[in-house]
Amino acid sequence: MPRTVRDVVFVDGVRTPFGKAGPKGIYHETRADDLVVKAIRELLRRNPGLDPKKIDEVAIAATTQIGDQGLTLGRTAGILAGLPQSVPGYSIDRMCAGALTAVTTTAGSIAFGAYDAVIAGGVEHMGRHPMGEGVDPNPRFVSEKLVDESALFMGMTAENLHDRYPHITKLRADEYAVRSQEKAAKAYADGKIQQDLVPISVRRTSPEAGETGWGLVTADEPMRPGTTLENLSGLKTPFRVHGRVTAGNAAGLNDGATASIIASEDFARENGLPVKMRLVSYAFAGVEPEVMGYGPIPATEKALAKAGLGIGDIGLFEINEAFAVQVLALLDHYGIADDDARVNQYGGAIAFGHPLASSGVRLMTQLARQFEEQPEVRYGLTTMCVGFGMGATVIWENPHFDGGDK
Amino acid sequence: MSTTAELLKGAAELFPDEVVTEAHVRHFDLPFGAGRFALITLDNGLDHTKPTTFGPASLANLNTAVDQVEKEAAEGTIVGAGVTGKPFIFAVGADLKGVELLTRHEDALAIGKGGHEVFKRLAGLAVPTFAYYNGAAMGGGVEVGLHCTYRTVSKAIPAFSLPEVFLGLVPGWGGCALLPNLIGADKAVSVIIENSLNQNKQLKGQQVFDLGIADAIFEGADFLEQSLIWTAQVLKGDIAVERPTIDRGEAWDQAVAKGRFIADGKVHGAAPAAYRALDIIAAAKNGDLQQGFDAEDQALADLIMGGELRSGIYAFNLVQKRGKRPAGAPDKNLARPVTKVGVVGAGLMASQLALLFLRRLEVPVVLTDIDQARVDKGVGYVHAEIDKLLGKGRINQDKANRLKALVTGVLDKAEGFSDADFVIEAVFEEIGVKQQVFAEVEAVAPAHAILATNTSSLSVSEMASKLKHPERVVGFHFFNPVAILPLLEIVRGEQTDDASLATAFAVAKKLKKTAVLVKDAPAFVVNRILTRFMGEIQNVIDEGTPVEVAEKAVEPLGLPMSPLVLLELVGPAIGLHVSETLNRAFPDRFTVSPNLAAVVKAGKRGFYVYDSGKPELDPEVAALLQQGDSVLTEEQVRARVLDAVAQEIGLMLEEGVVAEAQDIDLCLITGAGWPFHLGGITPYLDREGVSERVNGKKFLAPGVASVPA
Repeated sequence: MPRTVRDVVFVDGVRTPFGKAGPKGIYHETRADDLVVKAIRELLRRNPGLDPKKIDEVAIAATTQIGDQGLTLGRTAGILAGLPQSVPGYSIDRMCAGALTAVTTTAGSIAFGAYDAVIAGGVEHMGRHPMGEGVDPNPRFVSEKLVDESALFMGMTAENLHDRYPHITKLRADEYAVRSQEKAAKAYADGKIQQDLVPISVRRTSPEAGETGWGLVTADEPMRPGTTLENLSGLKTPFRVHGRVTAGNAAGLNDGATASIIASEDFARENGLPVKMRLVSYAFAGVEPEVMGYGPIPATEKALAKAGLGIGDIGLFEINEAFAVQVLALLDHYGIADDDARVNQYGGAIAFGHPLASSGVRLMTQLARQFEEQPEVRYGLTTMCVGFGMGATVIWENPHFDGGDK
Repeated sequence: MSTTAELLKGAAELFPDEVVTEAHVRHFDLPFGAGRFALITLDNGLDHTKPTTFGPASLANLNTAVDQVEKEAAEGTIVGAGVTGKPFIFAVGADLKGVELLTRHEDALAIGKGGHEVFKRLAGLAVPTFAYYNGAAMGGGVEVGLHCTYRTVSKAIPAFSLPEVFLGLVPGWGGCALLPNLIGADKAVSVIIENSLNQNKQLKGQQVFDLGIADAIFEGADFLEQSLIWTAQVLKGDIAVERPTIDRGEAWDQAVAKGRFIADGKVHGAAPAAYRALDIIAAAKNGDLQQGFDAEDQALADLIMGGELRSGIYAFNLVQKRGKRPAGAPDKNLARPVTKVGVVGAGLMASQLALLFLRRLEVPVVLTDIDQARVDKGVGYVHAEIDKLLGKGRINQDKANRLKALVTGVLDKAEGFSDADFVIEAVFEEIGVKQQVFAEVEAVAPAHAILATNTSSLSVSEMASKLKHPERVVGFHFFNPVAILPLLEIVRGEQTDDASLATAFAVAKKLKKTAVLVKDAPAFVVNRILTRFMGEIQNVIDEGTPVEVAEKAVEPLGLPMSPLVLLELVGPAIGLHVSETLNRAFPDRFTVSPNLAAVVKAGKRGFYVYDSGKPELDPEVAALLQQGDSVLTEEQVRARVLDAVAQEIGLMLEEGVVAEAQDIDLCLITGAGWPFHLGGITPYLDREGVSERVNGKKFLAPGVASVPA
């Protein structure tokens, strides 16, 4: 049977505000599944053209798939969100690139013709599920020196990346972090972020964390607008004595969820759904686990090659800021300035936070907004580093492209 | 300290054991830049199995929260304020334990006033107020929201009601005055009177919205978020809340009249609460809320100091607590598993029992009878009932298939019962027949199998006496209609052992019946009291009192139906049979009415004809009656009947038929539908002075179902 590959589009994406993990965080008493369920419901409310019965799959990512992030979250979240029982679902894990992988995996199935429209997203409640919860690494990793012992500790891998690129100094990382906070604050002031946030009701019973009772969260908790280099210079380097990686130039430990609608372009158009981005290519790549922050470089190389594009064709970048050093390594690789205007226009994870498996869709949602605003841009990419030595990159085309020259 | 705070402090001292509800105030920005909002969360700090209530200290906490919010509203630092509850619960109203403790009219008045004073402030803030009914809301919980400017309700809430009249109160924290002014008198009467008197029927979220009590409805999954988004839109003027105009004309009076008709039909004027509520609703027509609130305070205080409410709370607690933890039941760990049930007999009663066991236990149920036609008929009945459930959507096809496959019928008891753990007989009420049946069952059933009898009047011990293992025989006396009446009298025979009894109670629980442990005494509890009661009515008729006088004499009790209508429901022949049984046991107190015998002999199924649309004495029955010439007044009849009942209950307690008077009342409420305002019957007999007149003492200690001394 002959098959035709179909164009796949990003219809829409939303997310919960991100919270700080831990007993004082806004989501300390909120379940992870409820976060992603509320994101899915908002997505459906915003897109009444999508008949829920026509959703072919719910793919939800989580790194730690136990407790309220277990039980095949894609399926349970679909039921909890009120989707028809006929809509199936499953769970996905590629650590930080979970939601991104939920998008690419379902997109591949859409292109193949298995699905018309899906929900893809992710959630990570790092307060309820701290990194490494329940892990049981095979002792051979160490005994056979398959990976360096630092590979499991993301902060250490970031220090290793600084070692690999000595010219990426702590100062450069801090300067980058300050800019990320500034850009995020400006994006908030300009109302760019709020339009894709789902308000979440949160309960607090412990007075240590603030006023008790029910509240409503409408903004990201981790943001630190007004952060200065001076503020950052004195921070501890918890992963290495006299190191370079601090809480200020890295994303924190966060709670949050994202969800998106991915569909074939034909389906989107037939059903009157918005077409915010068109998928061009995607690629994943593996690198040494102890320098996992290097991952986006080979992943981007691969994705560009598959798309037949050069880095010069990319007009907008959404790079996950797990660590400033990892962003700078990618930018250096392509000779892009640290403060290039095409990169992370709304700021990044250093400001908003990085609830691991949810972040990929945040990058896409932001890139989609930038595409709308900048029709002169034709291509953009979303990329992230992934634990245990991987990178993930997706290249998108702007459907609003007006033929401009960028 | 404000006067309200002082009032509540005084009240709180009377109720030191209150489970105190906190009123947390939390501030946040609403979406769309609508401004800063203060949300009050009512939370008693316990999980959803312990719903949030309002006692005096809880009201004081809410008062303090409102102090804060009121100040912020006046200063303009907030644009609105809301009230919601902990997960799954909004608030379920006044803490009844606190109400029970009140002994003085002025303290009762203070509780009413205290609630009003606090709730009313929500209507008087400088900013709009919002109630978000997120979960179960009853009584004062509903009322706190009625004082707010706007309300939203969750589609997921299972229970929303103003149950006060059901218990013997009025919605006295604003409900009677506010609700008709919000949704009109007709709908308010439905909620306050009709639902309450209809076994405390609960509203679901959708009905709350459809009635107009809530201005918006949202699904449970993100109810609070959507409510707050709606709030922001209302405050910004993007959503205008429109409510239908209330008809303050004749419709209002008609609604109140309808309410009185409903109340008369249910309690026949015997309980004051519904009428007090209707008076306030009637007066609320002029829209003067404060006048309504004052009337509520008075009504609450009067009712709290009255016997009907105390009986109502007592009855409610019997059903909710004692009914779930039967007095005298052995350790439940002794119970053996029941994985297959046998039913001897395939007649109507046996078939109903088979259906009940099947639905609740979901284990194989096998019917036996003396010929194949009867067995087929029994199984056919069960299948037909399953199909009815399927047709009504109560069960799905898979469940119907499962249940049908579980029920079988055989002629050979050995084949049917060889692996049954529980065998119940529902054959002809004749001791020899029953002994024969049990002997046959014992010969084929496993040694551990419980042998249960649904006898209504025979001795369980005698039935067991000829068995090799009499210790496993229990009485399992259901009430007709089996599917509806909750009571199950579990009879311990002389030799019944604890394991068998524990198994019987475990089965009863699975059957969702209210089990009461009774001694193996003639006709057990309900039938004995009803028969004595009916017997006395028949006696006065036989002696010469006109039927209608005898019938009207007990109307003030507010029983679910008149004595002769009840007799018709039971069947005159069965009534006669039970009276004969009891007459044999207690010939000095139980008579056999010659007139009843004549009616039965004439083949009449009842005393009344309904050709005119209402009951009238059947002329053929009238012709059969042979009456004496002693004509009593209604008062005299009532006294005789109540004296007889009090005497019988006194004797039953002396005999140890049940553990306490509470069990008698629980049986009458759940097995005969006797009303809450009588507390079953002993609270009424106590408060009317009958108990002391007949037995020289009250059945219950002061405070148990009455105002504490």
